[in-house]
Parts: sequence; structure tokens; C-alpha cells
Amino acid sequence: MIYDFLFELTGSEFLAGLIQSLLPLFLFILPFALFAVWWERKISAHMQDRLGPMRVGWHGWLQTIADILKLLQKEDIVPRDVDKPLFNLAPVLVFMGSYAVFAAIPFSGAFIGSNIDLGLFYIVAVSGIVVASILMAGWASNNKYSLLGAMRSAAQIISYEIPTMIVVVTIVMITGTLNLYTLSEMQTGYFWNWMIFGGPGFGVDKFLFIPLMIIAFFILYISTLAEVNRTPFDIPEAESELVAGYHTEYSGMKFAMFFLAEYANMFAVSAIVSAVFFGGYQSPFGYLGNTLGIEWLIPIEQFFWFTAKGLFFIFVQMWLRWTLPRLRVDQLMALCWKYLIPISFVNLLIVGLITVL
Amino acid sequence: MQEIIENKITESNGVATEEMILNMGPQHPSTHGVLRLELLLEGEIIKKVTPHIGYLHRCFEKHAEAMTYPQVVPYVDRMDYLASMGNEFGYVVAVEKLVDIKVPERVEYIRVIMAELQRIASHLVALGTYGADIGAMTPFLFCFRDREKILHLFEITCGARLLYNYMWVGGLSHDLHPDFIRLTKEFIQYFRPKVVELNELLTNNKIFIERTANIGILPVDVAINYGVSGPMLRGSGFKWDIRRNDPYSIYDRFDFDIPVGQGLMGTVGDSWDRYYVRVLEMEESLKIIEQAIEQIPEGNVSEAIPKRIKPPVGEVYARIENPRGELGYYIISDGTTNPFRVKVRPPSFVNLAVMDELCRGHMVADVIAILGSVDIVLGEVDR
Repeated sequence: MIYDFLFELTGSEFLAGLIQSLLPLFLFILPFALFAVWWERKISAHMQDRLGPMRVGWHGWLQTIADILKLLQKEDIVPRDVDKPLFNLAPVLVFMGSYAVFAAIPFSGAFIGSNIDLGLFYIVAVSGIVVASILMAGWASNNKYSLLGAMRSAAQIISYEIPTMIVVVTIVMITGTLNLYTLSEMQTGYFWNWMIFGGPGFGVDKFLFIPLMIIAFFILYISTLAEVNRTPFDIPEAESELVAGYHTEYSGMKFAMFFLAEYANMFAVSAIVSAVFFGGYQSPFGYLGNTLGIEWLIPIEQFFWFTAKGLFFIFVQMWLRWTLPRLRVDQLMALCWKYLIPISFVNLLIVGLITVL
Repeated sequence: MQEIIENKITESNGVATEEMILNMGPQHPSTHGVLRLELLLEGEIIKKVTPHIGYLHRCFEKHAEAMTYPQVVPYVDRMDYLASMGNEFGYVVAVEKLVDIKVPERVEYIRVIMAELQRIASHLVALGTYGADIGAMTPFLFCFRDREKILHLFEITCGARLLYNYMWVGGLSHDLHPDFIRLTKEFIQYFRPKVVELNELLTNNKIFIERTANIGILPVDVAINYGVSGPMLRGSGFKWDIRRNDPYSIYDRFDFDIPVGQGLMGTVGDSWDRYYVRVLEMEESLKIIEQAIEQIPEGNVSEAIPKRIKPPVGEVYARIENPRGELGYYIISDGTTNPFRVKVRPPSFVNLAVMDELCRGHMVADVIAILGSVDIVLGEVDR
């Protein structure tokens, strides 16, 4: 584990823990957010018969870095009538909320920010901070569009946390653990051990679980889409209706915080989906490191698989965004309360019955 | 006098609720220009909509009085800037009626081809931006990609892409480019599958239907009372097209259908119907262009252009079917080379008036869906 290595290096528990928790931020989230912004622009461009950014670096890969540099230099505009403390606190909190999620996500067998037993529960709880900060931003901006956007966002995220939680409970019923590391380790071996294929073991229940797991996966994926405010659920920041929703009044680096947080969040939910249903960092068909007998290769391979799965789900998110129109706010709520929650409850019941039997 | 709306505070169950006034625009991504909509909201429900216009007023009608008749043409371009060819068409038809000029056959055919190409281009913008308003960005760019092909056809004909000054009183500024007929045929070949693609991507999308069907229903009697015209009136199920009901130029020679709203996805006259009428009209325009290309005669396009236009004292009203509806020109001549008065009946302006009827009881998000289906161009509303 990386923690042991850091502990030996620094000789202090506190320093080792600090460095370990900061590592994903600097090594992964920030570079990833920069990459994802560029990637989204390229994907949308190619879907729309355009080229996208082409000038800054090879195929414009430095474009987001240039954009961030520009945003850093911009004047920090605080409108006169805003609630200043809240207005300044909101972007920090929203970034904190989405960053804190990464602490419990296992990046590979050798690296997890904090291996807590309540991993899944912690993630769902921490993403609640995002709601608070969005509401804060909308209220503090003293702008009607921001307020409407924030209210919608709060209603949406809170509603969609219910089907998310129910699906998580469904998984917990089968696996008996909330720890994402244990959950990933359970799904080791080949891809038929993944939860989407009924989990490890070869009983009758495995085959009974497969259709239920597929339903659960779709519910979880749809609700995570809604939680990160992506199309078709991007109502809080619906550009054509509410200008930019809750971050209308933000500019410069504060805007960039919201923006980066959104992309970090996208990866976080993709990581959760892949950890719960698709084996997390586990390879679908064995490790090259095992075959060759090189032990240090395995964590690197695991990291590769983890990133690949995460990126795949992000790609699907982007694909949906550039294909689908947007739902209206009441239709969104109807989808959640009339369809997702009842279906996930029934799913939970059936899974419970099978587990008991 | 403008009606002043007081914030009304009502109490229910001891909780005071306040109606909120939301100014949508003039700086808003979805008001299609500089329109300001004053929305009176109760929560997210619309109680009243008041459109405020005039941000793009350029005194076109007053300007026209200081110009000679041919000099007005470039000004006409700038009204409905998405359908400049149509604006010119209406104006030259009106002046030719006033002066009594017979234009050569070739000119008539070219004018019809241009007007129909312009109708497709204009509808493409309407459909694309409508998709973007609902949240689908990709159809928007697909539509603009196809519109670009039409703009290219205009560009090789007269050198301009948006404001053409192409149709002159009695003729045209240029004859067709030698490649024009071939490129137009290629465009028709290219464009037909693209309409199918648009239907797959947007028109029949479940979410799109959810957002537009049964939203902003315009009953046909309300539409007629407000003087609504064009795709909006046809979307309400009333078969009315100036090209057929009061033919001008040579439209009586072509065979085409007039699509009307049928309420396929909801009620007759909802936003989806208005949208779909535009999709179907593009196909009809293609048919007209195909027929016109087959029949177009040879000739000199500038032989009937008069050196100096000095109509007799009198007045004339001419109307044409522009992409957005009935575009009328009322011109009074006092016998000099300048018009005494040029009054325009802009379709967007008249259609916009019905906004309040359409929006009441819907939600904020629906205002966008309704405004997009009304399809206004502020250059024409304000003139």
C-alpha cells in the first residue's frame, strides 16, 4: 500500500495521511478535469461535424490549460447585492464536495485514499454537500435565474438520491459490505464475477440476479446522470431557460471551480457505477503481471482498467448529452418518483427474497 | 400606457406567497434576439406574459420615404434577415403592381427558386434553434451545416450570403451562375436524406415530444382572431397559404401540398405541430424548386428593369407567403420617385402577439418551447 511507503518515507502518520489524501487531487482529479473538458469539446465537435479546438497544441489538447490560465487572470467580480460570505464559500464547498468523494474510491488494489468500511454510504453522504453549496450559490447570487436554478437543482439531486440509495442497498444485500475496496476485491477474476453478471460464485441465484442487476444498473446510471446535472437532466443549468442556472453570477476562477467540480463529479459517479457493477479496478480477463510474474505491474494494470471503465461511462454521458434534448422539471420529477423509485423498490424486494431463500 | 403589474401577495394556510416578475431578455440566450418577455410567475407557473419590443427598431418605414423605389430594396433585406429573399420578393411584387411592370418569365422562375431555397434555409434555422432551445445542441449544428449549402448557392449567384439586394424592381441584379442548376440539383439530392436524419434525431425523439406536444395549444379560432399566419396558422390545422389562396408571381403553375397540423403527437395546434409543419414545408419547397428548375426558360434578367421608377399617384397592397407567414407591403405613391409611405405587415410581429394566450398556465421552461415554435425574427418585429 502507498500509505506504508509514505509512512516509511516521512516517518509521521499525519504527514503520510495528508500526502495520501492529497495525491488523488493533484495526480488525478485536476489533470482529469482538464482532460475531460477538452475531451468533451472534441467529442461534441466530432458528433456535430466540426473539429473543435485545434490551435493550442496537438488537436488543441492545451486548450483547457489556456482557458484556466485565462480564467485565473480574470477580475474576480462580486456583484454589489450578493451575500458575500456565502457567495465566496459556495464554489469552494462545491469543489470540496466533489473532491471528498474521491477519498473512498479505490483507484487500484494498492491505492485508496481512505479505506473506510462505510465507503458507499460516505460517498452518497458527501455528495450531499454539493446540494448545499449549489443552493448557497443560487441564494447568495441574489438573481432570479440563479435562485430558480438552485431550487430545481436541490429538488432534483435530493429526489434522485433516493433511487441511488435503494440500488446501493440492493447491492449491500447481496455482498454484505459497504466498503468499496472489499466490493472490488470480491469481483476479482474474470468478468463474469462482476456484479452486473450476478456477482462471484456459481449458484442458481447468480443467474436469477442477472436481470435484476441489469435493471439496478440502469436505475443507478440514470440517477447518477441526474445527480451530476448532465443532459437530459441538466435542468439546473439549462442554458436556454435559466442562462447558466445557479452559477450565472460567477466569473473567473470561481466559475472554473464549478466547472471543474462538475467534471470531477462526472468521474466520481462513473467510478461508483464501475466499482459497484463492473468490478471497479478489476481486469475483465486476468492480469499480465500475474502471467509474467511481475508483481508491481498489477496495480498499474488495475489503475488502467479503472480509468478505462470510468472514461467509458463518461463517454456515454457525453454521448447522451450531445444527442438528447432536455426534460422539463416536472417531467424529471415524474420520472424519478413514478418510475425509478417504484421499480428500484420492487427490485430490492425481489433481491431480498432471493438472498433470504 | 404600459400596464404596471403590482406584486400581489396572497396568503394561504398562513404562508404568504408572492408572485414573482421575471424579465426574460433582452440579454437572454433563448429570446432569439433582443426580445424582452415580462413573465409574471407563481412559482414556476406563468400567470401573464408581456412581450416588450423595440430594441432593434431602425426606422425602416421612415427611411423608405427618403429613398427612391429601387433604393428601398437593401433596407427590406434587413427586416427578416433570415429570409431576405422573401422580403425582396414581396417588395418588388408590390412595386411592380404599382408601376405595372411585366417581368420576363426567367426572372419569375429564378425568383421562385430563390424564395423557396430561402424558405428551406429559414426553416432550418427555425428548427435547429428550436432544438437548441429544448436542449439538443447537435440538430442545431446539423441544420446550420445544411443551411450553409443554400447560402453557398446564394453566394455564387449574387455574392452575398445574408443580405442579397438580389431582386430588383423589374428584374434581378445577376443572372444565375452557370453551375447553379447543377449545384441545386445536387443540393436536393443531398438534402432529402438529411430531413430523415433530422426526424430521427429530433422530431420523433421521446423527450422532444414530451416537451412540445400539448404545449402552447393555439386553437384555430384564436389564431384567426389574432391574425396569425404562416406555419403557425397551418399548425393549428387551417389550410391557408398565400401561394395557393392568393397566388402571386407564378406560384399557380406548381404542384405542391400545404401541410397542416394534425395533432399527431398531441392536440392540433400544439408546439410540435407547428414544428412539424415546418419540416414538411421544406419537402414541399424542394418539390417546387425541382419543378421550377425543369421549366426555367432562357432570357435576359435585366431587360425589364426601368431606368427611373415614377409610379402614378395611388396605393397598392401586395402580400406574399414568407417563411414566417403573410408578409404584406402597403405602398402609397404621391407621383414622385420616392414612396410616400411604405407600411409593412410583418408576420413575426403579428404572430408574437399571441404569446400571452399560448403561455398562460404553462411553466417557465415552456415559454422557451413556445417562443421557439412561434419562430420570430426581431429584425422584422421591430423593423
